[in-house]
Amino acid sequence: MDPRRKRKLRLFVALSAAVLLAGALVYTSFSASTQAKQPSDLLAGAEQGRSYELTGKVVKDSVDKDGDRLTFRIRDRDGRESLPVTYAGVVPDPFREGREVIVSGQLEQGTFVAERDSLITKCPSKFTEDEQST
Amino acid sequence: MAGLGSACLLVGLLTAVYAVCASLHGARSGSRAAVVSGRRAIYCVAGLMVTATVVLQSAFLRSDFSFKLVAEGSSTDTPTFYKFTAMWATQDGSLLLWALLMSLFASAVLFATRRSLRDIAPYATAVLGGIAGFFLLLMVGWENPFTTLAVAPVEGAGLNPLLRHPAMMIHPPMLYTGYVGFAIPFAFAIGALIVRQTGADWIRATRRFALIAWTFLGAGIMLGALWSYSELGWGGYWAWDPVENASLMPWLIGTAFIHSIMVQEKRGMLKVWNVSLIVSTFVLALLGTFLVRSGILDSIHAFGASTIGKQFLVFIAVVIMGSLALIVSRLDDLRSEAKLDSLMSREAFFLVNNLVLVGLCVVIFWGTFFPLISEALSGDEASVGPPWFNRVTTPLALVLVALAAIGPMVPWRRASRSGLVRSLRLPVAVAAITLVALLALTDSADSPLALVMFCFVALVLAVVVQELARGTAARRTITGDPWPRALGQLISRNRRRYGGYLVHAGIAILFLGVAASSAFQEQRDVRLSPGQSFEAGGYDITYVRPTAEVGRDSAGTGAPITFGAVLRARRGDEVQTLRPSRNYYPSQSSEAGPIGRFFEGEATSEVDVRWGLRRDLWAAVRPDIAELEPAIREADAKFAGSRDDVQAIVIAAIVERYREDAPPATFRAIDSPLVSWIWIGGAIMILGALIAIWPSPQTRLRRVTSVYAARLGKELSQA
Repeated sequence: MDPRRKRKLRLFVALSAAVLLAGALVYTSFSASTQAKQPSDLLAGAEQGRSYELTGKVVKDSVDKDGDRLTFRIRDRDGRESLPVTYAGVVPDPFREGREVIVSGQLEQGTFVAERDSLITKCPSKFTEDEQST
Repeated sequence: MAGLGSACLLVGLLTAVYAVCASLHGARSGSRAAVVSGRRAIYCVAGLMVTATVVLQSAFLRSDFSFKLVAEGSSTDTPTFYKFTAMWATQDGSLLLWALLMSLFASAVLFATRRSLRDIAPYATAVLGGIAGFFLLLMVGWENPFTTLAVAPVEGAGLNPLLRHPAMMIHPPMLYTGYVGFAIPFAFAIGALIVRQTGADWIRATRRFALIAWTFLGAGIMLGALWSYSELGWGGYWAWDPVENASLMPWLIGTAFIHSIMVQEKRGMLKVWNVSLIVSTFVLALLGTFLVRSGILDSIHAFGASTIGKQFLVFIAVVIMGSLALIVSRLDDLRSEAKLDSLMSREAFFLVNNLVLVGLCVVIFWGTFFPLISEALSGDEASVGPPWFNRVTTPLALVLVALAAIGPMVPWRRASRSGLVRSLRLPVAVAAITLVALLALTDSADSPLALVMFCFVALVLAVVVQELARGTAARRTITGDPWPRALGQLISRNRRRYGGYLVHAGIAILFLGVAASSAFQEQRDVRLSPGQSFEAGGYDITYVRPTAEVGRDSAGTGAPITFGAVLRARRGDEVQTLRPSRNYYPSQSSEAGPIGRFFEGEATSEVDVRWGLRRDLWAAVRPDIAELEPAIREADAKFAGSRDDVQAIVIAAIVERYREDAPPATFRAIDSPLVSWIWIGGAIMILGALIAIWPSPQTRLRRVTSVYAARLGKELSQA
């Protein structure tokens, strides 16, 4: 084969491979992603059986512990609407009332049932800020 | 004292600006005096940064709470060791650390190249001065670490308990050294582009600095993983957190860079690629620093509400656009001097390795920024989790390890089939035997991907051992030295090559640990009362008794109260005792009572790990102190006005109560095979990199002779 055609062919193969891989990347990431929602978004309408990532602040005096099981309410970052959450598993060290948290799970009959060990607390470095404000 | 610090920053900023102007003027007009003056200005900046750091650190050590930074990040009861590290626990302090390391690095490289690269160096000086100037501007304009408080508080807030771990002493400075170090090759690449000297000179001059930066960044990432494993109470070493990813991305592209520059040195190819790689590495390093500061992505590392996100974004945009424009305008000078002869050649393998590394980086970039991407595309903020990252990066990691084995065996230009067969015969046999042995003796067939990784790891190790053995044997036939001496000579005479092999071996061993521990680890979370048992992996674990102590935190983090547990783990005849615990730090909140505040503040897990070459047993405990609450409330009401020593006795009594009658506590135990090999592999990698960095006796000799020749030439011309 003449070298110029060969080079063109190579380029074509490489480019199509790259496009295919990029397509796979986009596809897998969108299908594996979970949407981040605030309580008000879910209250406005949530699909049954779909996984969401719920973010918001832990409502003051809402945390209740029953053995391994933790129940609390999460409210919008800048709002009052809130959702009850039940959670089991490891609670991160910086978990506190009033802190911002992320938890994944599904909405079942008005209660957000979280997956085991999915609780994440945001930004422990922020606690210096908390202390000043209190 | 704070005045002196602020003055250092301001003068530093002016000096950096002067360095830029003087170097540019010198380069344009050909005035050596201006060039030298510009270079010395960078030394001055370094001196000023050292002074500023000393001022700040001494304020931390003296607990001078008139410094805002000290009041927020330290306290009199913070152990001295952690007072020292508190500087980089804050945003302003870490900016100063950046500027300090940056100016020291720049001074070192400018000093080393003061007699060479006469055309490129002035422009590189200007770029380095510009970068240092940017960080100084951030501190002078927005985030001054020397801000003082009008009224100094009596006591500071203390260092974030999570950061009280020995690795925190070195992890951030190492990462920063890595980030900063990549500024050096970047600056010289820009200089080389400006003066159109696009040969391999700038690469030779800064290759060692790129390697140093790469080593530090790698070591920093490893230490971060070690911290996560042994301090954070979740038991993993890598969570695909945005900031972790941000440190991994420049390291990956940097890895690609230190491979592909060899192609340019040897064959004069891949010039555009190399300058693009180093520009990307530096931009990603800036992005890594930016991500920590901006708060645009949710991360456990994010500093609270940042004020300098925009400035960073502008700076990154300027760097990207400036570099792109420069590369495009110099495309003619960046033409390749040779063509790829064959796909079976070292060049081609380097290219594939580069594509895989860049691909890995693109994938991680995509995942990290996915929340932003998805919000832009679909309007919904969505994110991808660790399972996605694991799924897409595993195949690329497999290819990478395979390339690390085969690549070094392929000769430059064109490989002959028989040569390849000869050099790969034995390693492939070793890998095949490994496969058979693993299938026959272990249940590793449960995880095919891990099994493939184990075989590739065996392949890499076999290749490295074979190469060392061959080289040593060849040396022995020439010199007749005994084996150890011949091996030492072989390595010290070809440091770059054999250092590189060692790095490959280290990476392979690291992946052995990663594959084994992620595929075969067993984790259990249970809630137990004293006396009860559970099983985790191959261990039978009993909660023997609770522990509760006041002022005797074994890790030396300064926590007043520690609750924990004694566990006995049995596996066959082997019995081990673990003592995981949890430290409680007093709350600074005014809402908490005088006694209650000691129980309601931050708490951190003190994990206990039984390290082993075959397996680690990892345990953490989460005591349930809710049952102490009535007693604490009562004490708060009764002893609110009491003297400190009375309150201390009351606290001790409450703590003692936990020890005597502990409610069930939550435990996490992980039986993780071969996880120690991650750290061993990392250490081997760093050792290999050090061997490659260390100047060999010949190059030192060559440098001495060339300096001597230059001096002789000068004298002759004057005569």
